[in-house]
Amino acid sequence: MATRVCIVGVAESDCGSVPDKSALQLHQQAARAACEDAGLKKEDVDGLFSCGADGMHPLQLAEYLRLRPSYVDSTQVGGSSWEFFVEHAVAALRTGMCTVALLAYGSTARSDLKRRLRTGDPPPAPRGPAQFEAPYGLTLVGKYALAARRHMHEYGTTSRQLAAVAVSANRWAQLNPRAFNHGKPITVDDALKTRMIADPLRQADCCLRTDGGGAVILTTEERARDLRNKPIRVLGAGEAISHRHMSQWEEMPDLVAVQSGRRALEQAGVTPGDIDVLEIYDAFTIMVLLTLEALGFCDRGESGPLVEAGALAPGGKLPTNTDGGGLASNHPGMRGLFLLIEATRQLRDECGARQVPKAQLAVCNGTGGYLSSCGTVVLGA
Amino acid sequence: MNRAAALAPHLPIIDAESEPFWAATKKRQFLIRHCTACGRNHFYPRHYCPYCWSEACEWQAACGKGRIYSYTVIHHNDIPPFRDMLPYIVALIDLDEGVRVIANIVECTPDVVHVGLPVEVIYEYIDDDITLPQFRPSNQS
Repeated sequence: MATRVCIVGVAESDCGSVPDKSALQLHQQAARAACEDAGLKKEDVDGLFSCGADGMHPLQLAEYLRLRPSYVDSTQVGGSSWEFFVEHAVAALRTGMCTVALLAYGSTARSDLKRRLRTGDPPPAPRGPAQFEAPYGLTLVGKYALAARRHMHEYGTTSRQLAAVAVSANRWAQLNPRAFNHGKPITVDDALKTRMIADPLRQADCCLRTDGGGAVILTTEERARDLRNKPIRVLGAGEAISHRHMSQWEEMPDLVAVQSGRRALEQAGVTPGDIDVLEIYDAFTIMVLLTLEALGFCDRGESGPLVEAGALAPGGKLPTNTDGGGLASNHPGMRGLFLLIEATRQLRDECGARQVPKAQLAVCNGTGGYLSSCGTVVLGA
Repeated sequence: MNRAAALAPHLPIIDAESEPFWAATKKRQFLIRHCTACGRNHFYPRHYCPYCWSEACEWQAACGKGRIYSYTVIHHNDIPPFRDMLPYIVALIDLDEGVRVIANIVECTPDVVHVGLPVEVIYEYIDDDITLPQFRPSNQS
């Protein structure tokens, strides 16, 4: 049987609004804290998994951290990259290409905007395939709105059901003192009163833009035995990609989580009914509905009614995005790493007021790009 | 600022692969690619067929009619010229030839647009290099 791989350390950097730290500093702050959490030293880290907006990101990051890893992966498929990294780290650890894998991320997405160092929605350069899309003013939110509108057409999904996704995340955030929207409860009616950004998506359907970083450390089960925490086992992982431009996503609104999820769940030998906690990438409310259906947590078209009935909220039968998600806790540019951190904490029974009782099995599903890439990870206590 | 100037940063940078398409829109033709090896059509245009990787692709004129697969009405965009067009419609359109294209839906208000709406191509002259295909509800005069 193949060597089992475990998550042995997790940490966040300062998150929320962090105007006084650089993105690289947030990487380091999180990496240091994750090593401390695991009971490992910097010298133990020999695998580096990270990506950012810049080219050659791992060179810059390894230089700043003064790491000389024997194995590097900087797959960049958007916010789901960290779920892809888990699958890649499992392969690298099993084959001995590295012995301790560090997944790290940091971004000052919020402060950069405030300092006007970048725009929230840079238009694509109109060259290559993008020349057929760029002249028409399709914004980032508009891309997700196309999928939402199609889902509404096929299944009768409503704006109230989308709003219910935002409210569910917000309710979890009220239980998490670190969540950006902690202390700021909203109702479905509040969500429906927010301004329209790209019909049918309103402001409440869109994630936060925060600063923040995180780190996750994986190693083999054998090595994990001597470390500080209860190891959280990677039971299954899968990845899949579909498109870069919306016109090329032939199966819209079906996410490729259909493929990544099947592989991950089959490897783990579990079905959706076995899962105790779900962490689903939620840059926009529609992503949660599409993911629930693609992973088989409900039939196609059933996700809206399911969420409206409160299944994802605290006390529901499918506790989802238990830290408040990207909609209400944090979303520093890319969020995939934070899904792994929260799932690990739930499985370690560390979550206090938001702890899902007796959580033994968790699924993390990252979706990146423009609903273009999905990585699914099944974790077990 | 006029539309052509404001749109300039977003206009196609024409390359060898796309040049025949943009030359044709100037003549009010919408070209797609047809693969004579596997028989499938594709768009945006590639030199090789994306389905079977054959090089045996040729340009074909589409009839310019199709139906809206999905759409969005954009209410927020800070970037010119789009900020001055708000609200405007961006749609995915399935052409009768079986390919999906993206464009604005023009010459109508957002309330008449829906998934499945029959649309037809029109051509918007921008400057001497670029004529953009756009779509409007079919059966208009």
